[in-house]
Amino acid sequence: MRIKHLVLALAVAGVCSGGAQAQTEIQWWHSMTGANNDGVNKLAADFNARQKDYKVVATYKGSYPESMTAAIAAFRAGNAPHLLQVFEVGTATMMAAKGAIVPVAKVMADAKEPFDPKAYLPTVVGYYSDMQGNILSFPFNSSTVMFYINKDEFKKAGLDPDKAPKTWKELRAAAEKLKAAGRQCVYTTGWPSWMHIENFSAWHNVPIGTKQNGMGGLDTQFTFNSPLHVRHIAMLGDMAKNGLFTYSGRRNEAEARFASGECAMLTSSAGAQGTIGRSAKFAWSLNYIPYHDDVKGAPQNSIIGGATLWVMGGKKPADYKGVAKFLAFLSRPEVQMWWHTTTGYVPITKAAFEVTRTSGFYDKHPGADMPVKQLTLHNPTANSKGLRFGNFVQGREVIEEEMEAVFAGKKDAKTALDEAVKRGNEILRKFEAANK
Amino acid sequence: MEKKVVFRSAWLPYALVAPQIAITLVFFFWPAAQALWYSFQLQDAFGLKTQFVGLQNFAALLRDSNYLQSFKVTAMFSALVAFSGIGISLLLAAMADRVLRGALVYRTLLIWPYAVASAVAGVLWLFLFAPSIGIVTYVLKRGGIHWDWLLQGDQAMLLVVIAATWKQISYNFLFFLAGLQSIPRSLIEAAAIDGAGPGRRFWTIVFPLLSPTTFFLLVVNIVYAFFDTFGVIDATTQGGPAGATQILVYKVYYDGVKAADLGGSSAQSVILMAIVIALTVVQFRYVERRVQY
Repeated sequence: MRIKHLVLALAVAGVCSGGAQAQTEIQWWHSMTGANNDGVNKLAADFNARQKDYKVVATYKGSYPESMTAAIAAFRAGNAPHLLQVFEVGTATMMAAKGAIVPVAKVMADAKEPFDPKAYLPTVVGYYSDMQGNILSFPFNSSTVMFYINKDEFKKAGLDPDKAPKTWKELRAAAEKLKAAGRQCVYTTGWPSWMHIENFSAWHNVPIGTKQNGMGGLDTQFTFNSPLHVRHIAMLGDMAKNGLFTYSGRRNEAEARFASGECAMLTSSAGAQGTIGRSAKFAWSLNYIPYHDDVKGAPQNSIIGGATLWVMGGKKPADYKGVAKFLAFLSRPEVQMWWHTTTGYVPITKAAFEVTRTSGFYDKHPGADMPVKQLTLHNPTANSKGLRFGNFVQGREVIEEEMEAVFAGKKDAKTALDEAVKRGNEILRKFEAANK
Repeated sequence: MEKKVVFRSAWLPYALVAPQIAITLVFFFWPAAQALWYSFQLQDAFGLKTQFVGLQNFAALLRDSNYLQSFKVTAMFSALVAFSGIGISLLLAAMADRVLRGALVYRTLLIWPYAVASAVAGVLWLFLFAPSIGIVTYVLKRGGIHWDWLLQGDQAMLLVVIAATWKQISYNFLFFLAGLQSIPRSLIEAAAIDGAGPGRRFWTIVFPLLSPTTFFLLVVNIVYAFFDTFGVIDATTQGGPAGATQILVYKVYYDGVKAADLGGSSAQSVILMAIVIALTVVQFRYVERRVQY
């Protein structure tokens, strides 16, 4: 008797909840933490409040590599999310998985939602489009690498706090003065490969690999062992030896060391502004990353980092309509502006940049437009529009391992970069073979 | 007289061991067979395209100088973890065995770390030794030692060895303590009456009588160092700097889980499996001869 009641109750409950669920759920897996996580939830809530047909459910699935792994496993098991936030180094892997993803341009066209690739910054679109210019994933949070200085420490060392070093020569001179003034940690960097190989190459308009940095085909080869690269890494190695450069790790560990006042200069993501702004108890400034002034064509423009939203395949057509509506919502200039001004990520559409500018935000926050200016300093060349290397998660690992050997004084820069290119090319060949 | 129970039924003994065999098949043999099968394949990340590539995954590994380096790192790491783990816990067990007052407190406290998950143990030591904020780092720096395991491979190795060993000491301690307590007191007392000091009593009576326990722990600790330590490494050094703490099992995890290279990762796990099987055989054939049961 009891069991019968229970079954009945369950059945009734099922019918009821079924009735309430006329809404179609859109699963969105992301990797945003802290303030950015709140931002993601607010975007989903705002969209859900605006209409009744769809409900976006935002779920934090761990760091970028973790959520990507989770989505791959879910796809293999047949229950991938609708939308997945993937970091820029995962782009080539996602693009090659033709059956697993649906190009964003197609999702928008099928649902007849407006979507104009030209509305986006060229550096952003270039990174995520195929050779025919079709945009494959939806640019969401984009950043670039910036140069931060602690103005108070500059003043203490007798340097002009309003004149951040523009070139590596100037940076080194400033580093020596800061060290002489008693700084333990003078210069540090987050994301060593992203800053010192990837952005370094774009900024000096030299290739990282053949075939337009891999965008022209899977048969690309790494070329970041050129004399210029060797010279730059050797310089860092020498600075490390002399206590002018402190290594902090492969991810964003360096940002906390700058924010706490331990290190006086930092190169890391523009996305660090939020954290630094909140916790730094000193005056600081945001600047263009340094360059070598004897290199022709430098500075060119920097490249983006951050992530895009990929639409996963195998869902119902009605679901894709909801996905398209949500992406259209995210493209609105005022939404973009809100996201840009609260998180520090760059405005990725020209309209959003304009709206933010006319709102007077940049006058109140001087320097907040530096990242987007650095990204668009010149029209991107084949060397500076981005990169696309297969399994670059492993590729970056190889680069960083070899860089660490240089910074520790165990290898010279030439040997290390040659080795990194050789090992990296093995990874590229394997990826090419797996995705033929 | 020993009492012996004999099963007359033909199927009952099989039925009784069946659950154990089923678990072994599902959780050990099946995954092992799958790893072997994947190691001959090349797959894209999403498993959309699969090709049979024979031994190519293995050939690629042997061409990779860093993979070969990883063998050396693993050998050193395992030897350090196994020997320091066994040595320290033997010392602690011998001491705890002699304690007269508050023995239970000592024992409980010594067993506690075993309940800590590897990743948590890693984070704990990571905080203590963090290059900029660690307490131990602070003390070392005041002592004039340049502590920076983010770049110094030897220091990074030391850090992961300490974390991995600390985690395993409790387990070893338990077994040693049980072993010590099963040694007949009369033997030790007889030796004492004959005039043997504590050191001599330990090396000529206790240590040989403990050898079955020590041998068992040697096998277990080496297996632990080879397989169970990737949590510690992932939470601390992640294989860095420059591969100085990249042990084989961590590379398997990184390439398979984080980098989605299933074929390469499976090939590595097959090699790892072969190594551990070989090591265990060697231990049983050669080291066990010296064990007195």
